[in-house]
Amino acid sequence: MENDRAMAEAALTLDEVPREELESAVIRFAGDSGDGMQLTGGRFTETTALAGNDLTTFPDFPAEIRAPIGTTYGVSAFQINFGSRNVMTSGDLPDVLVCMNPAALKVNLSELREGGLIIVDTGTFTDKNLQKAGYEANPLDDGSLDRYRIMAIDISKLTLEAVKDCDVSKKEGLRAKNLWTLGLIYWMYDRDVAATVEWLGTKFKKLPNIAAANIACLKAGHAFGETAELPDGALVYEIKPATFRPGLYRTVTGTEALAWGLVAGSQLAGLKLVFSSYPITPASSVLHVLSRLKAYDVVTFQAEDEIAAAGAAIGASYAGALGVTSSSGPGVALKTEALGLAITAELPLILINSQRAGPSTGMPTKTEQSDLYLAVYGRNADAPLVVLAARSSAEAFDVAIEAVRLATRYMTPVVVLSDTFIANAAEPWRLPDVGTLEPFPVAFHTDAEGFQPYRRDAETLARRWVKPGTPGLEHRIGGLEKDYTTGNVSYDPENHQRMTDVRHEKIARIAGDIPEQEVDQGPAQGPLAVVGWGSTYGPISRAVERSRESGISVSHIHLRYLNPLPRNLGDLLAGFDKVLVPEMNMGQLTTVLRSRYLVPAESVPKVTGKPFKIAEIMDAIRAHSET
Amino acid sequence: MNDTVAIPALTPQDFTSDQEVRWCPGCGDYAIIKAVRKALAEIGTDTKDVVFVSGIGCAARFPYYMDTYGFHTIHGRAPAIATGVKLANPELDVWVVSGDGDGLSIGGNHTLHALRRNVDLNILLFNNEIYGLTKGQYSPTSREGTRSPSTPLGSVDHPLSATRFALGAGARFVARAVDTDQKRLPDILKAAHAHKGTSFLEIFQNCIVYNDGAFDAFAERKNAPETQIFLEHGKPLIFGKERDRGLRLAPGTFSLEVVPLGEGGVDESELLVHDQTNRPLAGILAEMEPPDFPMALGVLFCSPEESYEAAVYAQIEDAKAISKADGIDALLRTGHTWTVEAR
Ligand SMILES: Cc1ncc(C[n+]2csc(CCOP(=O)(O)OP(=O)(O)O)c2C)c(N)n1
Ligand code: SF4
Ligand SMILES: [Mg+2]
Repeated sequence: MENDRAMAEAALTLDEVPREELESAVIRFAGDSGDGMQLTGGRFTETTALAGNDLTTFPDFPAEIRAPIGTTYGVSAFQINFGSRNVMTSGDLPDVLVCMNPAALKVNLSELREGGLIIVDTGTFTDKNLQKAGYEANPLDDGSLDRYRIMAIDISKLTLEAVKDCDVSKKEGLRAKNLWTLGLIYWMYDRDVAATVEWLGTKFKKLPNIAAANIACLKAGHAFGETAELPDGALVYEIKPATFRPGLYRTVTGTEALAWGLVAGSQLAGLKLVFSSYPITPASSVLHVLSRLKAYDVVTFQAEDEIAAAGAAIGASYAGALGVTSSSGPGVALKTEALGLAITAELPLILINSQRAGPSTGMPTKTEQSDLYLAVYGRNADAPLVVLAARSSAEAFDVAIEAVRLATRYMTPVVVLSDTFIANAAEPWRLPDVGTLEPFPVAFHTDAEGFQPYRRDAETLARRWVKPGTPGLEHRIGGLEKDYTTGNVSYDPENHQRMTDVRHEKIARIAGDIPEQEVDQGPAQGPLAVVGWGSTYGPISRAVERSRESGISVSHIHLRYLNPLPRNLGDLLAGFDKVLVPEMNMGQLTTVLRSRYLVPAESVPKVTGKPFKIAEIMDAIRAHSET
Repeated sequence: MNDTVAIPALTPQDFTSDQEVRWCPGCGDYAIIKAVRKALAEIGTDTKDVVFVSGIGCAARFPYYMDTYGFHTIHGRAPAIATGVKLANPELDVWVVSGDGDGLSIGGNHTLHALRRNVDLNILLFNNEIYGLTKGQYSPTSREGTRSPSTPLGSVDHPLSATRFALGAGARFVARAVDTDQKRLPDILKAAHAHKGTSFLEIFQNCIVYNDGAFDAFAERKNAPETQIFLEHGKPLIFGKERDRGLRLAPGTFSLEVVPLGEGGVDESELLVHDQTNRPLAGILAEMEPPDFPMALGVLFCSPEESYEAAVYAQIEDAKAISKADGIDALLRTGHTWTVEAR
């Protein structure tokens, strides 16, 4: 039936094509690392955002820069979920799977929903490539894909035809096949090619022949759909703009939002930003973004290792700037000694941890939330600090600003937990007006009268911050225990107890300066609460929403403040019979909540390197609602 | 009308903090701190602008005893932390105090990179060829065969020369001194301070408790004239109590030889003349040691280049000059944006 309809419609021109209206769709672009899938996804994201849809993306790429061509471990994918409604996850199961080669099909097929559409470039389904991907027979012929719809097109050939008038080699021409495919998808979803044409023109400004070839392919793919030499199984869709709050929007990744939030935060604090880091996936991109912002008075420093990066950030804070460092996985482990120094020296410091799957080197490009213990507990001795987590790419901007506020107000390190997913995922962002945000300027201490470096503010318990260069306030600080009053080195037993207590109390008191925990959705007490933190926000939110629609009483609580925890959280949790904690680790927040509040929290762990699917959380909710 | 207010000259006392010094009596560190206070007083830098950053070790306690700004940090990391200080505020006069374990073992990597970057720091490496604070284990500069609690039968690994390490790392100022040499040490410290970029000064420091007399072969006063050569830029390489010996390249080789001067010896014109801008020369001078050669002290190498933080700030100023940067709100609005109208 569907096929017939597609065939019948095939002869119609674009305007006449009756488009099926969808609420949302999930597309997964998959190909070889060298096929430009991330670029394709990025362009589709921009165009889709400009078309007014809500969206979330999931770039999913291998750690190898150029794995051998055609292998399964060299497959790079980009998934986007977009719709006319609020989109909160990158989508459980793709509706459309674009496969630029057999390996891409092999790796991603299990993700496709039953009846979903597969678009393949038959030009790459050669015996050699099939063999490399581990196929014994061509899946396009052997009936193994009967449960799906297939658009088998020789994209390679059509790409070469499209570029024949462009001044490019065959190899250069073939590299544009991702844009041919993108053109076809644009047509399927009624998207305008203009923004991508403009982008290609700018990107390849110095290589006009390459720009021309790419643009020719984009248009050829689009025209292919339009003039409808369409094979069986194609459908065209319409996804109306989503309803957004009025305002000015852009798309943003977590990396960009964090970097810009740090710049905004340091300006609100009236401080110079000194950012020092050592390259590591996926944290490097924050360094890249900030390194381009020199004109905003940002000093960036690529240190010789993560320890030096943390050290330089501490040195910068000591000298009166805002020191920020960032890393992932093993790089964060290397910074732990330095964090201890910042804690006892009581200096502001921000550590951005873009968590990745571990232990050790683990899976560098895959996402996980398994550094919560490390952030909250991972130092020698009693060494408390502030831990915050961003729930989404756009929210990372606010979290970065809050990190700056807390670090400078309380003279403490703040760990910001992000993850691979947030770092790379893009979503629409309603732009804030930084000019209207409440500034929190740092007042450096300059009064020599009765000065002691560890004298504390009665309310915040923060010690005073003095810039070297201030006359009359020369003083020494360091990692040795300090006398409570004079700040001089002290090994006095009672004094150590007192200093440990005050360091602890200083962080605990921050609970009075952060908002009370709210319930994101659902009743404020009841049979079941799902508690999450970080990037699980999207899937938990959707899962709770759908479960509630199906009649289950369940609430969603999502934490931004992980240390200290919000002051009302214990009471809030006590109002639920059961607490369920989905996390991309083996139950770390679960342990924290249990130990802190003696609540019977239960873990829903997942460590596959991929975000939760909505269905997985719904299953857990259902299971815990039945018993 | 201009009233000139006489700024009182600084004295070493102005750089002395109220903290009780806790080094062992007789430790070489006392002599060094005395020379540093004297040098700073003579330089006349305001105490408020001076920052001492140290790692961990006996040497690293140094900042506590100076009435300047000071940061006693973590083992080996002082060069990195000091780099951050300098990046935040290039105006500060930043000194790093480190030991042979601190600066060359756990922190070797940071020392290396500070030197190669040429951050404007004065790095003072107190080399006592031992881990003092942890009670006397051998260190990366300990000579082969050193007996210590962790090497009861003598160490079997080869020592590192701090000075040659610094030269190899690309340091643009490398000098060497003896802790008790109160005549020359302040001047060398002043030269290190005057040099913009990283200045590296190795100070042979006697640990009276765990490695007493390690440097006697050349540091002992009675031996000094015959076993030390004090380098001066542009001057021939002459040493000896009677200034009767000199250094030259053995004819046809790139090896130094000690030759007698004057009657029966060679003429002064045949001697090597110290050129502190010549890195290979500094390298072979640094190799010398008693008994066959004198120990080279003073400024081995000095060839300034733009310092790291100056280059960093120059880039920032350039970026500002050409940028259309118009505040953070404008930054957020670069690239594609779209407006959603109220309905
Ligand atoms: C991370 C870490 N490892 C080990 C130590 C123990 N430690 C303190 S000082 C020191 C060696 C000091 O030797 P050196 O740098 O030569 O200084 P000295 O005491 O001789 O002046 C060691 C190993 C430490 N404080 N921190
Ligand atoms: S142990 Fe050695 S280096 Fe340390 S203070 Fe005593 S004498 Fe000085
Ligand atoms: Mg030592």
